[in-house]
Amino acid sequence: MELNEPVLLEAVGVPDGHTLASYRARGGYAPLEQTLAGKQPGDVVEMVKASGLRGRGGAGFPTGLKWTFLPKDHPGPIYLCINADESEPGTFNNRILMEDDPHQVIEGIILSSYATRASTAYIYLRYEYPRSWHRLQGAIDEASAAGYLGRNIRGTGFSLDIHLHRGAAAYICGEETGLIESLEGKRAWPRIKPPFPAIEGLFRKPTVVNNIETMACVAQIARRGVDWFRSIGVPSDPANPRDPGSYGPKLYCLSGHVERPGCYEAALGITARQLIDQYGGGVWKGRRAKAVIPGGISMGLMTESELDTPLDFAGPGKVGCLGLGTAAVVVIDETVSIVDFLHNSCRFFAHESCGQCTPCREGTSWSLRIMERIRAGQGRLVDLDLLLEMGNTMGMMPGSTICGLADGAAWPMKNAIRKFRGEFEDYIRRTNPTGWMVTDPVPALAIVGAH
Amino acid sequence: MPQVIVDGTEIEIGAHERLNCIEAARRAGKEIPHYCWHPGLSVVASCRMCLVETGQRDAATGKITMVPKLVPGCQTPVKDGTVIVTESQLVKESRARVEEALLIDHPIDCPICDKAGECLLQDYHFEHGQPQRRADLQPFHSRRRDVGPTVTLFVDRCIMCTRCVRFTREVSGTGELMVTSRGAKEEIDSFPGFPLDNKLAGNVVDLCPVGALGDRDFLYQQRVWFLKHEPNVCGGCATGCSIVTEHNQDTVYRLKPRENPHVNKWWMCDEGRYGWHHLHDPARLLAAGRRDDRGPDASWDTVDWPAVVTRLRADLAAAGGLAVAVSPMLTVEEAWMLCAVARSIDPAAFLAVGHVPRSGTDETFPGGFTIRAEKCPNRNGVEAVLALFDPAVPTWEDLLAHLRAGRARSAWVTAAYPGAWIDAEAAGAFAGLDCLVVQDMFPSALTEATSAPVTWRLPAVGFAERSGTWVNAGHRAQCFEQAIRPPAGVWPEGRLWWNMLGRSGLYDPPAVRHQIAGAAASFAALGGDVPATGIDLRILQLATTESSSPA
Repeated sequence: MELNEPVLLEAVGVPDGHTLASYRARGGYAPLEQTLAGKQPGDVVEMVKASGLRGRGGAGFPTGLKWTFLPKDHPGPIYLCINADESEPGTFNNRILMEDDPHQVIEGIILSSYATRASTAYIYLRYEYPRSWHRLQGAIDEASAAGYLGRNIRGTGFSLDIHLHRGAAAYICGEETGLIESLEGKRAWPRIKPPFPAIEGLFRKPTVVNNIETMACVAQIARRGVDWFRSIGVPSDPANPRDPGSYGPKLYCLSGHVERPGCYEAALGITARQLIDQYGGGVWKGRRAKAVIPGGISMGLMTESELDTPLDFAGPGKVGCLGLGTAAVVVIDETVSIVDFLHNSCRFFAHESCGQCTPCREGTSWSLRIMERIRAGQGRLVDLDLLLEMGNTMGMMPGSTICGLADGAAWPMKNAIRKFRGEFEDYIRRTNPTGWMVTDPVPALAIVGAH
Repeated sequence: MPQVIVDGTEIEIGAHERLNCIEAARRAGKEIPHYCWHPGLSVVASCRMCLVETGQRDAATGKITMVPKLVPGCQTPVKDGTVIVTESQLVKESRARVEEALLIDHPIDCPICDKAGECLLQDYHFEHGQPQRRADLQPFHSRRRDVGPTVTLFVDRCIMCTRCVRFTREVSGTGELMVTSRGAKEEIDSFPGFPLDNKLAGNVVDLCPVGALGDRDFLYQQRVWFLKHEPNVCGGCATGCSIVTEHNQDTVYRLKPRENPHVNKWWMCDEGRYGWHHLHDPARLLAAGRRDDRGPDASWDTVDWPAVVTRLRADLAAAGGLAVAVSPMLTVEEAWMLCAVARSIDPAAFLAVGHVPRSGTDETFPGGFTIRAEKCPNRNGVEAVLALFDPAVPTWEDLLAHLRAGRARSAWVTAAYPGAWIDAEAAGAFAGLDCLVVQDMFPSALTEATSAPVTWRLPAVGFAERSGTWVNAGHRAQCFEQAIRPPAGVWPEGRLWWNMLGRSGLYDPPAVRHQIAGAAASFAALGGDVPATGIDLRILQLATTESSSPA
């Protein structure tokens, strides 16, 4: 079903939409009051489970299910961490929510804390978002003054404090256990699992980590109901009992070579072509798209012929991408060299690899140096096989790293070379006419002359 | 008992053992290569060298289900039915890739690296690496900086296993080391203003699997393949750490801790680690000397060792009224022989524990390691030996009072301390004797300032030059063989006393040990073969207490 009106983005364009008065006027906080007055935490968990809400941070894990992993009857404290370290290239939907409708996020956090029995929530905010910081802090202050936060909220015995924590601009802090380590004041090296955060997370206590947009969705489910939420999006595949479906509205961040880049709200399942043509006004300057990133750079690439893929949680995976990711759609037009794209991607991940696991630490930097050499006219065809081998063996999925950053680095390498191999080969042949066919190993020991 | 299947071989593990794949595979004789994992440190699973394939055998059907990806062996616990595959093609390729990745930025300067020969990166490369280098990158230079007064970091040799960082956080509790920067540019460093300067700092060099951390005391002194390794026990304090003395041509080059779960786990302190230099001090006493009291110009007459055996006995017998200080640096065997010799000269000889050096207070670190204030290895052993001869077990202070009261005519002081130990006041108690015998490593106030009609000055040997048994503060007896020979011309104390007892052949510490064990209940535990990690002397006594208790 289509989405007829903006829901998550309803405050965009509303004068003073970020204030408590405006949010209340739109019906905000009424669901929270009703929940606190008449529902048990378990009811909220059941509501979110029934809605089919899947995490909006990138992995798409069912939110209600995640909450049920918390130990039963734990004496506490239980922590809720909100991941607002939005650093996937091309992604800016959390920022819109935090700046234009912070109360929607806060209400979602309060509802989720009530459901998970957390008495402390941390918002881990990306460093580069000063405006979000001010808006969120203002909203927390307003909500506290209105009695939605603090001790014994509305006389229910439920207490909640929300702390804003500003990161220091590292991509790895968006990984949930990296975020937890960073919150604890340590170097953001992702933790080995098990134990999972739901058992042992922040300060070694049970912890749930959710995305900002997920919180906004929780607030909307509470206001508009489970049936409304399930009426939007793509139902689960009856042929696949393990498919949880892709329900609800989604914020798509459209950027790159389109006429009207921006953050658009649409039902999950819209195709990339619909998004580009109907919302983005088509590829700019009347050109054709060469490739499209479906959900942030780490999800890989779709070719022009794959643009009719629905952007739901299952769609991009069917065309060889890693997944929906953050639904940050970046359009690359036909004038862009895919070699330059891959170089840029490798540079990003080499810079952002935390350096803990050997394959990622050395692989990302090696791939960058190979790409630099190719662009400098020293490429060889065997380099493509090397990059492909790295792409196939680096990451959590083959088991060679602790976290998914390496998978994110591997997917653009794999996708770019598999889907655009001809262009790479042409580039290498053209720029290195005398050496493109060399396969001998480079005698590295010969250049150790440092001593 | 739980069964684990390693490469098709079923092995049994203890019902309550918590082993990871590396440990379980080791039981089956399979080495899973690893860098970052160390049994004494927390698990980080970051080097990814120990990736293996695992699975689970269904207890009912016997069907094996494999995990569809590689898992780190260090992080994966085994239980009944766990299947570990360490030799599959997938595992081998993964190891080769990790090895290749680690060498991308490594300077490969093995010819000038001190670690060459005992380097895991080298060993694993030959065993698991690729024959050809595919990385066409110029390695970094071999940058070097000191991270502390004793430890040097060769920055580019580091493979970022972070064992050293975890050691300072978890075992020494001092946390001087950290990781700076990110990705391939990251490095180990100390926090500004907080150099790696703690009493356990030297252990990070042992922990380093590659040549990144160098011990400045050992750096460029000896190639490791020339070193011979002798299991030994540290004589620095009453902890009695199990160590390995690494030596070549009767010269010690370094001491390393030897794993002993009952004493020192995997560690030793810097005081012990560098506490061997006195062995090669040129000031050591090397010849047996005898001096008649012929005024201030009296000089030492060198006496041949066979003559010492007879003349020493004669001098002491002539003086009579013997008081003996049995040094806590001596082994159990030596102490027992000394007491036997003394009582054979004077059946009423006063036998006391020698001077017990102390410094500060016991210091226990967060990882459980303890440095004792008592700076001698065998007070417990010597006291137990003395108790066989005199239940009172007089102390050094009792001995001094005994002398000051004029109740002795001759004294025999064994010392063998690594440095200066006696002050002029204590030495004054030995004035007025007819005969004084001192066995020490260095000249002291006792040998140089005190004057008796007859004075003997005999050389003693250091810890690595002894054989025998030491009993540490926890009553754990550890037996060891001499690692290096004493300097030319020096008889170890045990050899002298063996001859003074009139026994034939070479000095044989195990024979003495078995004799003591057979004769005394307190040493009965030493009767059989003593394991390399030692044995608790109270083990039989505890059993006696338990069986006799009504409960």
